Amino acid sequence: MAQIPIITEASTTPSPKVITLRIARYNPQHDSNKKFMEFNIPYERWTTVLEAILEVKKYFDHSVAVRYSCRQATCGSCGMIINGKPRLACFTKISELNSNVVTVEPMNNFPVIRDLAVKFERLFNTHHKVKPYLIHDDSEITTDSKEFLQSPKELEKYIQFSNCIKCGLCNSACPTMATDSLFVGPQALAQAYRYVADSRDKGKDTRLKIIDESHGIWRCHFAGSCSQVCPKGVDPAMGIQLLRGYMLGFRS
Amino acid sequence: MRESIIMKIHYGTALAAVALVAVHILMRLTQGFSESLQYDSVIANYKFLPYAGMLEIILILLSIHGFNGLRVILLELKQGRTYEKAVSYGCVAAMIALITYGTRTIIMVNTGLGMM
Amino acid sequence: MTNQDEHKEGIGGMINPRRYGIERVAYLLMRLSGLGLLAYFIGHIYETSSILKGQIGWNEFLELTQTNEGHIILAIVIAMCVFHTVNGIRVMLGQGGVGVGKPARPDYPYIPASQNVRHKMGIYSAIILAAIAMMYGLAVMFGE
Repeated sequence: MAQIPIITEASTTPSPKVITLRIARYNPQHDSNKKFMEFNIPYERWTTVLEAILEVKKYFDHSVAVRYSCRQATCGSCGMIINGKPRLACFTKISELNSNVVTVEPMNNFPVIRDLAVKFERLFNTHHKVKPYLIHDDSEITTDSKEFLQSPKELEKYIQFSNCIKCGLCNSACPTMATDSLFVGPQALAQAYRYVADSRDKGKDTRLKIIDESHGIWRCHFAGSCSQVCPKGVDPAMGIQLLRGYMLGFRS
Repeated sequence: MRESIIMKIHYGTALAAVALVAVHILMRLTQGFSESLQYDSVIANYKFLPYAGMLEIILILLSIHGFNGLRVILLELKQGRTYEKAVSYGCVAAMIALITYGTRTIIMVNTGLGMM
Repeated sequence: MTNQDEHKEGIGGMINPRRYGIERVAYLLMRLSGLGLLAYFIGHIYETSSILKGQIGWNEFLELTQTNEGHIILAIVIAMCVFHTVNGIRVMLGQGGVGVGKPARPDYPYIPASQNVRHKMGIYSAIILAAIAMMYGLAVMFGE
């Protein structure tokens, strides 16, 4: 990969700590290979990787493409590979990486739009495929019908999985997704469990049928990388195994 | 066949094979490793019908489990209708070929047919 | 869409065991041991068919396998077999939802319950048992 000369921020006040931020640059429309640009960025203990990237955009190169919005790990926009692992840039402090060089690349297993921005179509399609909504005969509440009551215990069964922010880090870390273009993926499978485990939902059989195909749930081998990178504690690996428990007869 | 049924067979064959392969290995160890591999000892094993039957079951179980495992790995490596069909049918064909070849050995030694 | 268009990590990413802890190492070893055992199984079916050639044919084949290289290969096969069995049982139980923890409200720092000490112990046990079995196998084969 080509290296572009280091650009140093000379005009700013000297900072006690400086890192080298390496940003992957790639435009699939006219680049054949990914290149890295390096920038020296001052940082504080609380500076996040996203802030460092925005510093680059502000002072050095505005053309760096990055998707971000909330800056507080809620919107799931700024997923990227940071020093080799999928992480949210807004949720990763430079100081906790324990490295003088921070390399940021677009997420694996997602088509690149440009630089750090990737396409989410596949993730949204697979998410949609597992019917991520309550399926119930009387889903329309009429004036004379009762609301769907649910106990705290019933809520506990799925609340963890409803924390998913669709950032795609799990799909980026998954070893099956690394080679299988048709795999449903940990994000969608965890969401399938989220609705199957919901006491108000009646769509279990429909969902189990959808994921019971050659690139469905059985292509998960419980490597657990998805859970290790999840920034919201969703633990997709747990959801997938519990979901498979229904199919193997361990759960009813 | 639904993938869940295939994978249940995959798990079932694994568990059954573990038990039977353990017996197969224990037979080698209880007789003494080198002695158990002597020609007369091996022939005696094959001629003993329950043991020959067990070998046949191990052959079938491990062939199914092994080639389905290979199918799973190959399906994950590359996708495409033609490729996936080729992998699935290829693995079934290889499984049948191996079972046939192994069964031939077991039957011929057990019955003494065609032995040199 | 090509691999580059999809930006898939590819086989290199799939088999890279360094980034995600012991679970990913177990995933790789499971695949490698599975493929190795299948190769050995095919070879074993072929080699045992030499019994049909009579005592001379069988002894000729036996001489080929009763070498140092043959013993070392068989020891590796024993290790692969033990690892694949023990880890396979762990994975099978995990895939049925056994020992993967219970869903609960997640708290920071979000340590995943499914990657718990029971499964890690299972993986380490599989590796240690495989090593012990391999050493026992070597002792039996080289001891005689």
